[in-house]
Amino acid sequence: MDKVMRMSSEKGVVIFTKSSCCLCYAVQILFRDLRVQPTIHEIDNDPDCREIEKALLRLGCSTAVPAVFVGGKLVGSTNEVMSLHLSGSLVPLIKPYQSILY
Amino acid sequence: MNTTSTHFVPPRRFEVYEPLNQIGMWEESFKNNGGMYTPGSIIIPTNEKPDSLSEDTSHGTEGTPHKFDQEASTSRHPDKIQRRLAQNREAARKSRLRKKAYVQQLETSRLKLIHLEQELDHARQQGFYVGNGVDSNALGFSDNMSSGIVAFEMEYGHWVEEQNSQISELRTVLHGQVSDIELRSLVENAMKHYFQLFRMKSAAAKIDVFYVMSGMWKTSAERFFLWIGGFRPSELLKVLLPHFDPLTDQQLLDVCNLRQSCQQAEDALSQGMEKLQHTLAESVAAGKLGEGSYIPQMTCAMERLEALVSFVNQADHLRHETLQQMHRILTTRQAARGLLALGEYFQRLRALSSSWAARQREPT
Repeated sequence: MDKVMRMSSEKGVVIFTKSSCCLCYAVQILFRDLRVQPTIHEIDNDPDCREIEKALLRLGCSTAVPAVFVGGKLVGSTNEVMSLHLSGSLVPLIKPYQSILY
Repeated sequence: MNTTSTHFVPPRRFEVYEPLNQIGMWEESFKNNGGMYTPGSIIIPTNEKPDSLSEDTSHGTEGTPHKFDQEASTSRHPDKIQRRLAQNREAARKSRLRKKAYVQQLETSRLKLIHLEQELDHARQQGFYVGNGVDSNALGFSDNMSSGIVAFEMEYGHWVEEQNSQISELRTVLHGQVSDIELRSLVENAMKHYFQLFRMKSAAAKIDVFYVMSGMWKTSAERFFLWIGGFRPSELLKVLLPHFDPLTDQQLLDVCNLRQSCQQAEDALSQGMEKLQHTLAESVAAGKLGEGSYIPQMTCAMERLEALVSFVNQADHLRHETLQQMHRILTTRQAARGLLALGEYFQRLRALSSSWAARQREPT
């Protein structure tokens, strides 16, 4: 889906979320702790919400939200993000986008 | 249970009047025989007895009607009659003693049953499933417990047994000489065992997420440390770290990184949980309170609760990954020591729960 491709290839860390999703919130907190400011797309306020969800699932995301993209590439949902982080592979991935401050 | 008064039949019905000199004897006998009393052997005095008892000349009641028979038979076979009378007296005495002991036992059991029922009611009021955990004394199930949860509890019982035997084996093996190959298979089994528990919990969470969230199958001390339906991964690392010495520099670095990322992941999930609680409270409180109708709020709240299952799964995923990473960083021998330490830690928590429960039951 064009919209998804366009939004996901934005620079840095991009996360598709829903305002009611608390796991999405948890993932956002994690990136904030890692000194990253991700671009958040709240799809439940988007008229194409359903289409976006389907597109994200088609791209290989285990659950539609949260869907995390880093540098245009799909990382995955909460499960994948957690696994990457614990294995130490998440930080190298987001290093270019980490804020130097605090 | 109906707590009706026991039908204690007074001796008078059997027309027996005990002279004072006999009471002392009976008390003595009861003290001796009381301990050997077994419920199965009780013989309630039958109606035959009164007649034979009343024949005893030392008892002062209805002896008169039978006097003619008594005198007639006594004159012909005095020894036999006397012997039979003595036997009857003895049998009657023993029967009375047994009955007394039986009644006392009934009274004690009745009090115990009332006490147990009170405990059960108290536990149910607090919303606990009764009959869970290793330290629980009361058997029985709350009405709300589904068969899936009952099955989970039974499976968990087996899981703990298997866990205990694995821990014993690890302990024995590590105290002696053991090959790395043998140790590796023990470590693999222990890891698989934990992963099996996470699968069991996932299935149980689909049936009753609150049950899993509250750690109802765990003992009280384990529940004290509960974090989203299980142990805190960061806590796990803290407990295990001293057992890994010596660590190489690379291992030390990896462990430090793991501790940090584990803590960060935990914090993120904790904050997500807080948000869930907050939004759930909002849903329940939405609309005007005090108006009586609350269906739309409940529907919204139910939707929020769906998220709880995913949180429980994420927490277990975190535990799974933490164990997996530890396994990757450590040598087989270090991993074996770590798994032994972990298993013993939970064993001690369970033992603490039992000790504490026993202490609470002691009369002050």
